[in-house]
Parts: sequence; structure tokens; C-alpha cells
Amino acid sequence: MEKVYITGIGQVAVGEHWDQSLAALSSKAIRAALKDAGDPQPEIVYIGNFLASSISHQANLGALVCDAAGLHGLEGTTVEAGEASGAAALHMGYLAITSNMADCVVVVGLEKMTDMVGDEIEAFAAQSGDTDFEGMQGLTPNGMAGLLMQRYLDQYHAPCESFASFPITAHANGVNNPFAMYRKNVDLDSYGKAPMVSVPLSLYDVPTFADGAAALVLVNRKLLRDGQKAVLISASEIATDTLAVHDRADPLAFDAVHISTTKALEKAKLTRDCLDLFECWDTPSIYGMLSLEAGGFAERGRGWQFATLDNLALTGRLPVATLGGIKAHGFAPGAAGAYQVLDAVQQLRGEAGRNQIASAQVAMTQAISGAAASVITHILRKM
Amino acid sequence: MEIPRHWRLQKQRLALVGEVCPHCQAKIFPARDVCPECGGEAKTAFKFSGKGEVYSFTTLHSVPAGFEENAPYTVALVKLDEGPIITAQLTDVGEREVKIGTPVEMVTRRIRQDGDERGMLIYGYKFRPVLRMS
Repeated sequence: MEKVYITGIGQVAVGEHWDQSLAALSSKAIRAALKDAGDPQPEIVYIGNFLASSISHQANLGALVCDAAGLHGLEGTTVEAGEASGAAALHMGYLAITSNMADCVVVVGLEKMTDMVGDEIEAFAAQSGDTDFEGMQGLTPNGMAGLLMQRYLDQYHAPCESFASFPITAHANGVNNPFAMYRKNVDLDSYGKAPMVSVPLSLYDVPTFADGAAALVLVNRKLLRDGQKAVLISASEIATDTLAVHDRADPLAFDAVHISTTKALEKAKLTRDCLDLFECWDTPSIYGMLSLEAGGFAERGRGWQFATLDNLALTGRLPVATLGGIKAHGFAPGAAGAYQVLDAVQQLRGEAGRNQIASAQVAMTQAISGAAASVITHILRKM
Repeated sequence: MEIPRHWRLQKQRLALVGEVCPHCQAKIFPARDVCPECGGEAKTAFKFSGKGEVYSFTTLHSVPAGFEENAPYTVALVKLDEGPIITAQLTDVGEREVKIGTPVEMVTRRIRQDGDERGMLIYGYKFRPVLRMS
């Protein structure tokens, strides 16, 4: 099996890019990534996208993106796994290189949320859940997170404030990231006063939709040049659960997180304490909490005791959202899984600036779609 | 217009018809033709009683297109007496306090409206707190 290396990264800051199309956003990220990689010649482009067909009425992104990036004639196709689409595209790129199908692949996570405004956005976002039996009851992704958080608070007698560690950590780390949408600290006081979105979930517990594009260049060993800053992908694992949460024997178990994490660690031949950082799905904050438990970092029902500001900080036991996470980056759904990997690559290259984790060697990233119906875990190592 | 989809789901939505597994007697909702408990084929129709209790709940203030007329509304995971959990809106709550464990029962209500005032009206199950006998 060929080894897979990330040699280039490029991103557009997540934001409300009213003046930029899907094509413009993707080509900026791809060109930046190729330049960063030393301009190799890619053979395949995988585009992670969730909502272009619904919001921009645009399908066939393979042709659109290759054309826009000046990559005429290349193999290009969309990979969709709800909000985890960016990570799913990386998985496909990983497969193409491990299987020796290609020497060089470009992966881009891409989402354009601002081509439409209004209530339709909520309805489209709900497509990552079960449309017939969840969406048709008026349930949205934030509503689903509210249901799980309510149950968690009741079942484990956890205080609401324990969830604040996720947004407070993400915002603190976003301050120093020029690509983050929110670069201001929040504190426990403002968390407590935030307006409710889906009781008991408040504004700071949920992500903010925006546009974004994040690209990665993958190569095999043959194309790796001496002295090149490269990061090895040690594992890439997708796991699924029932689409509808009500079909699960234990809705708080997040089985797909458990399966995906366990398989990835086995594949990379690593244990949890080898990880220097974890780019978890930090928002909605209940998903961050359940990920820590299902991933085996905290005991069931004790995640809220583990998820202290100290433990999740850059110098803590398990640093998360190290450059702002999804919360401070802004949430471009189909791109978020790619942004997580970009952040981890910056840490492993030692390019995370004031947020640099000292001697970071190993990082795990985890993208979640729906209520953990699809979960995609990557483990990355410094070369 | 999504007429075929709503037609296909009418027995589930209006009569809470699921399935019972002929091998292990597990009750299944929504119908999936394969028993999630034992993996056997399960195509025998089963009508649920519509009684259950709140497993969790949340109130949504920001709602999707088609649901505006009822916003804000409460959605619950309801654990049916026969076993399965389903997702449904709560209705007729009034001043009563909803908690995890509150007994609820199925009623048929208008779920949403497709499109403008000439759009299709979609009816289906919601759940209300069980009314006490006076």
C-alpha cells in the first residue's frame, strides 16, 4: 500500500463571501494549495460538498471546479457525506493514492451558504438527518443537538456551564488565526447570557453558517521531494450509524465515533495518549462532549468532568480546536472537515504561530455529519 | 410538490403503522422490513397504540421553511409503550410543564404546508400530554 503525504494546503477564510461564487472560492483554495506544494501536476480532484445542488442549484462540481482552477481535462468528482463531506473527499484522495491509482490528488472542501437567505437554509441543512421521519417533523440540526443535550443534562446531572469549555476554547484559539471568522474571546458570563437557539442549546453552543473552501495536495512517496514539509496520513476511517437518532438503542452513545476512532488508532498503531491534539467536531458543543466519551477520552457520562478549560487548552491533556475549531472558524459545512485537517497540518509543520503546540507529532481530526450518522477520522503524523 | 413521497408515508404518518418481527416479536417503527433486533425479515404490519413518554425534548426558535406558522415549537423524542422511539412535535401543551418522562399520546395534526397558500397541506402525528380524566 502506497503511503500518502499532504504536501500543500490552501484556504479561503470562512466568511460571508457575497461577491464570490463556488468556482471562485474553490479555485483560490486549490491554487494556493498547489503553490504551497511546489506546483506538482495533479491527476484527480475530489470535491467535498454538501449543499451546492440545493442552495446554488449547481451540481456537476467536478467539471466546474477543475475548469475554474485551470486543471483542464482532469478527473474530478464530488464526494458527499453531509457535513463531513470535506473529510470524505480526503478519504477518497487517500484511497486513490494508497491503491496506486494516482501519484498526486487535490482535495477541496467547498461550501457556499450565502447564495440564498432565509428559512430554506435550515431546511436544506436538515438533509443530513432523516428527511422522512426527522426533517418532516420540523427538526433541524440544532434541534437535534438540543434533544441530545437535554437528555445528557438529565441523564448525567451535568451542569449546563460544562458545555461552555468548547466555545470558550475555540474562541480563545481563534483570536490568533487570521483565517478565523471570529477572533474575539468569550467567557463564561457571556455564555450564560447568550440567547437560546434550541433549548437548552444557546447561541454559543452552535456553529455559524458561512462560505468557505479549503484544499489539500496529496502525493505518494515517489513525488515527495527531499526537505519538503510533508505530513503523513496514518489512517483514514469512515464509520456510519443509523441515519435517524430515534433508531438507536442508545442515542447518547455515538457508536460511529467509537468505531471510527478505534479503527483509526488501530490502523495507525497508536494509543490515545500518543495524540498531541484532537481537532474534534467542537460544535454543537454536545457533539464535542459526546465525541470525547464515545472516542474513549472520557468515561460515559463523565465527559463534562473531563472537558475543563485546562484539559482542552493548547497546553492541556487533549488540546482541541487549536486554531479556532469550527466554532471560531465559521461553519462551511462541506468544507469543515478539510479545514480541520488544514489546522492539524499547520500544527504538525510547526506553523501554528502563537497557538503552536510544543513538539506536536501526532494529530487526530474527526468530522461528523448528521448526529454522528457518518463519522470520518484521520490521523496525521509529522514527517 | 412531493405528492408521491407523502402518499408513500401516509400509513405511518396517519395511523402509526409499523411492523412486528414474526421471529422475535420486536416492534418496529418506522417500517424497515428487516428486524433491527434479530436481523430477520419483518414485514408484518403492526399498529402502534400511540401511547408513550417523553425521552427528550427541545424548543426550536429558528425553524425551516414550511414550519413558520407554528414557530416556536417543541420537538420530542417519544419512547412508545411498545419500545421504539420516534421523533415528533408536541402539541396542546398549554401551560403544562413538559419533562423527560411526561406521558404523551398521539394525535393527528397539520404538520406543514408545502409552498404558498395553494400548496399541499400535510397531516401526520404529533403527541400531546395525556389528558387526565376529570
